[in-house]
Amino acid sequence: MLLQLFEQTLNGIQFGVMLFLIAAGLTLVFGIMNLINIAHGVLYMIGAYICASVISITGSFWQGFVAAIIGALVVGVVIEVLVFRRLYYRTHLDQVLATFGVTMFFNELVRIIWGPTAIYASMPSFLAGHVEIIPGAPFPIYRLTIIGAGLTAGLALYLVITYTRLGMLIRAGASNRAMIDALGVNIKLLYTVVFGIGAALAGFAGLMAGPLLTVESGMGNDMLILALVVITIGGVGSIRGALVASLMIGVIDAMGRSFLRPVFSSFLPQAAADAAAPAIASMLIYLTMALVLIFRPQGLFPPVTR
Amino acid sequence: MFFRSQHSFAIIMVLVLLAIVPPVAAAFNDDFYVGLATRVLIFAIAAISLDLIVGYAGMNSLGHAVYIGVGAYSVGILNFYGIDNGFIHFGVAILASALVALFIGASSVRTSGIHFIMISLAFGQMLYYLAVSVNTFGGDDGLRISRHSNFVVGTLRDPVVLYYVCFGILLVVLFTLHQLVESRFGMVLRAIKSNEARVVSVGISPYRYRLVGFVISGVVCGIAGALLANQNLFISPASMHWSRSGEILIMTILGGMGSLSGGILGAGIYVGLEYFLSRLTEHWQAIMGPIIVLVILFANRGVFGMLSATKRRRK
Repeated sequence: MLLQLFEQTLNGIQFGVMLFLIAAGLTLVFGIMNLINIAHGVLYMIGAYICASVISITGSFWQGFVAAIIGALVVGVVIEVLVFRRLYYRTHLDQVLATFGVTMFFNELVRIIWGPTAIYASMPSFLAGHVEIIPGAPFPIYRLTIIGAGLTAGLALYLVITYTRLGMLIRAGASNRAMIDALGVNIKLLYTVVFGIGAALAGFAGLMAGPLLTVESGMGNDMLILALVVITIGGVGSIRGALVASLMIGVIDAMGRSFLRPVFSSFLPQAAADAAAPAIASMLIYLTMALVLIFRPQGLFPPVTR
Repeated sequence: MFFRSQHSFAIIMVLVLLAIVPPVAAAFNDDFYVGLATRVLIFAIAAISLDLIVGYAGMNSLGHAVYIGVGAYSVGILNFYGIDNGFIHFGVAILASALVALFIGASSVRTSGIHFIMISLAFGQMLYYLAVSVNTFGGDDGLRISRHSNFVVGTLRDPVVLYYVCFGILLVVLFTLHQLVESRFGMVLRAIKSNEARVVSVGISPYRYRLVGFVISGVVCGIAGALLANQNLFISPASMHWSRSGEILIMTILGGMGSLSGGILGAGIYVGLEYFLSRLTEHWQAIMGPIIVLVILFANRGVFGMLSATKRRRK
């Protein structure tokens, strides 16, 4: 039981780290450009597709890795320049609907290029296998790598935002857009760069998710909703909130899926427990969000705005 | 009187055209278009119900397809247990959507703006996953409905009867909601949308008004869901997915927010485009997506907004 608990916690953290990579870009873009981007899941999907197909052509994981990140970055920058740039000063409703249209387009484009059926991404061979962190509980190396890589990316993001000139501009842009524009900073370029960072992070999450999940059209949609839940719980615009909330959501989800059934069957008849457990488990994340919002409507770590 | 004067001519024309769809289709011996037009009417009801909260109360719900699902599953589940009485079907659909709207509304109408969008989205997905995980009623594969709602005097089996029932309900919804938004209640809703602080300062608590508006909107959309179940004889979780909510919202925007009757045009344009493009290519969404983007970027006041002679300056 304890070993299973340990294993599920790690699984939850791994899922949470992936969510964080998507949520970080989403919350960064919201915090600075005030844009709510439904199409962010598209970049995750594109990362997964490009990585999987480059690996199947060249056989090299690293080429797939680089191609996926560059691909997501390029697509992100192109849609920013073509569409999103015109949306920054629109209402949130307009933003949601326009980016919804962008999502529709890319989900179908992927179907045109790669076909309607799911494709499979192979795991790099040097990351296959298991490791026993505590004796008797083998854990896949690949999932551990995701945790490590995701946390590293998160740390890098934190360092860039806190200690570099670019980060200073980003923070300044988040607190007062008009002011840094007036100070002569090229705000259009800054926005494109921020959007590119978010896109690359989402692509990174996508390429790592490939071998674990099926790579198919629309795979970004569900992750996007979860990422939206994460940034709502964490406080829209807050990177720190996104990190805490994504780990929380990841662990709650993993726990719900593996432990609700045994817990329920301890006090419910077996048939009722079998029916109720998966239903409650699939709603658990949203119930958590509702609960958080009742007590803290602005999320756990609302960013300070001026 | 009945409609805003500047739109009244267009609206009456549209309604007259809709009224003669079945005989015209019969003359051309093509029943298919009755089905397509029925779909337009059903989604028009949904889009109008959404307009009540988006256009008049400023609650931008991205989870409205939930009520389509609740209404349709009410019919489907009752039928699953052998009950085909239409009064029970629609009664339960109304009651169930009211309860769901009350539950979702009670915890979400306190919030506004971006938080409201996200919460409505999250609750929508919550019910979507609930429908996926309940295997008794088909889970992910959906639920077949064996019989149409039976209203003792007749059933909704005949497509033409179903069409005119939808048309009648659309007229009733349009009239009732029009009366509602012009009433004191509607004025309070619109006042909350334009300046909540002032509403509070004159001693009105916005919460109850928003919640009641939210529930009414959910109920009307639930009726649309029950009608949809009768048309398709099938319901699956896919019809309550958030992308469906997005489509209904697009219809509302296309028709023009805050115009109620615009929902008919919005639904007509969207369903029509969907039909036309999907005959053109199976990858119709690759064309629909950019169209939506262009509409939002350049015509987000809707068709009526563009037709309207009084051009208000956009903010």
